[in-house]
Amino acid sequence: MNAALRDRLVGYAFVGPFLLVYAAVMVVPLIMGLVISLHRADLFGRREWVGLANYSEALGDPVLHQALGNTAMLALLIVPPLTGLALLLALALNRPGRFAAVLRGVFFSSLVLSVTIVTLIWRFILTPDAGLIAEGLAATGRAPIPFLSDPDLVIPAIAVTTLWWSLGFPVMLILAGLQQVPGDIYEAAALDVANRWTVLRRITLPAIRRTLLLVVMLQTAAQLQLFGQAQLLTGGGPGGASRTIVLYIFEVSFGRWELGYATAIAELLFGMILALTLVQYWLVTRHEEPRA
Amino acid sequence: MAWTVLLSFKSNAALMADSGAAFAPPWTLENYAAILQGSLTLQWLANSLIVATGATIGVLVLSSLAGYGFARLEFPFRRSLFVIVLLGLAVPEQAVILPRHQLFAWAGLHNSYPGLILPSLTGSFGVFFMTQYFRAIPKELDEAALLDGASRFTLFWKVLLPLTWPAQATLGVFTFLAAWNDYWWPLISATTSDYFTLTVGLASAQMNYAQTSGLGFLMAQAVFASIPILVVYIAFQKQIVRAMAGTAVR
Repeated sequence: MNAALRDRLVGYAFVGPFLLVYAAVMVVPLIMGLVISLHRADLFGRREWVGLANYSEALGDPVLHQALGNTAMLALLIVPPLTGLALLLALALNRPGRFAAVLRGVFFSSLVLSVTIVTLIWRFILTPDAGLIAEGLAATGRAPIPFLSDPDLVIPAIAVTTLWWSLGFPVMLILAGLQQVPGDIYEAAALDVANRWTVLRRITLPAIRRTLLLVVMLQTAAQLQLFGQAQLLTGGGPGGASRTIVLYIFEVSFGRWELGYATAIAELLFGMILALTLVQYWLVTRHEEPRA
Repeated sequence: MAWTVLLSFKSNAALMADSGAAFAPPWTLENYAAILQGSLTLQWLANSLIVATGATIGVLVLSSLAGYGFARLEFPFRRSLFVIVLLGLAVPEQAVILPRHQLFAWAGLHNSYPGLILPSLTGSFGVFFMTQYFRAIPKELDEAALLDGASRFTLFWKVLLPLTWPAQATLGVFTFLAAWNDYWWPLISATTSDYFTLTVGLASAQMNYAQTSGLGFLMAQAVFASIPILVVYIAFQKQIVRAMAGTAVR
């Protein structure tokens, strides 16, 4: 066997195991999904070709429209404040010292909780009978607020829960980004007696814009897929006021068993996330020099 | 969070009377004792440990091998294969989860540990992360080792792999966290309570919490479920921050 051929085989030997799993458990289902979305199919094997009918049904489905609105609202209520809060916290915590280190640990710790436990905690904070907030209101002589059963309050309540849960990861990413800004830039700025606001706006923010972009893209994609919090806190209620797209996909597939239709909605969501990510990427990088 | 911990130490009777009672003594261990005696919680804990550990080891092995291959070796279609792997980052779980459910049903993989672990091994992020890390290691090391007559695998195993320890720790902890906290897939793949992970098991208890043993017990379960993950997290926290600063967001 000659050396060049052996080198190639060695290359495939290293990447092969991952590619096999990736093909079997990722690429194959992705293609199957596209095919299923063109069928009227259920979980019991019934399957009949309907072309794009699932997609046109989705466009006219009022429940999906409501879910889309709820999901968009949640993403809007979560992503901008989350990014802003994470930036402020990271700026405040980006310093040596024991106190900052302890606080970093505290903010990261909510990250390790599963959605089950997060919703368990927040359900008992928000619930109107004997919840933490209700107790506080009662102590000052006010009536409890039914956060999870008022159609106007349920989306903000889920947003706050998610904010509390998700804050750790963006803070961590931004901290990592801040640590890569070369220290001598700040020294030069200090020599030029720039004030702190100018330093932040002119030096820090431009230096970490790629990190911020990453945070916004990851969070947008994650919040458009919000599922567990809504399912466990409210089950999508009251009256669908907090049903998200993914919760609807779950209901359609495992409640109504309409696999074809559920998959079609999932593919639409996939397209939406991909498009949004590309637009965000383009908006942030269009003024930059192309990078190697 | 502190409130949860406090609640878990209260007897259910006291909580029935007044949920504000959590902030005052007497506290009790009875809820924790109930977990250890009764319910399936211990089985779920074991399932979660097996699934999360399996996923972590699998991801580290596959991603390290592939990362080294993509970073250092030349073979046909290397670039296009890498791009295909990167596209996986943009695929939301919902687009694949239903067909995957069918595929696994066909292969008889539901209600089994491989069935719960396999989907975690497809993550493109690990391969991307390890490729970046291997690229950052100076090539002179490879050349020196190859001149000494080391094989590709010896080079990978003995020389380069030990250098990737911070990356392994970071990727490992994140994989463990994600697998531990995953909800969707175990929810639909594990349908018998013997194969529930802790996340799904607690959720099933939570959904009909009116019938179960009360607030204090639930909170004890919640705290109980968080302990292993907190231990892992605290043990590796230093490495995580260091490795994130080094590679992740370049």
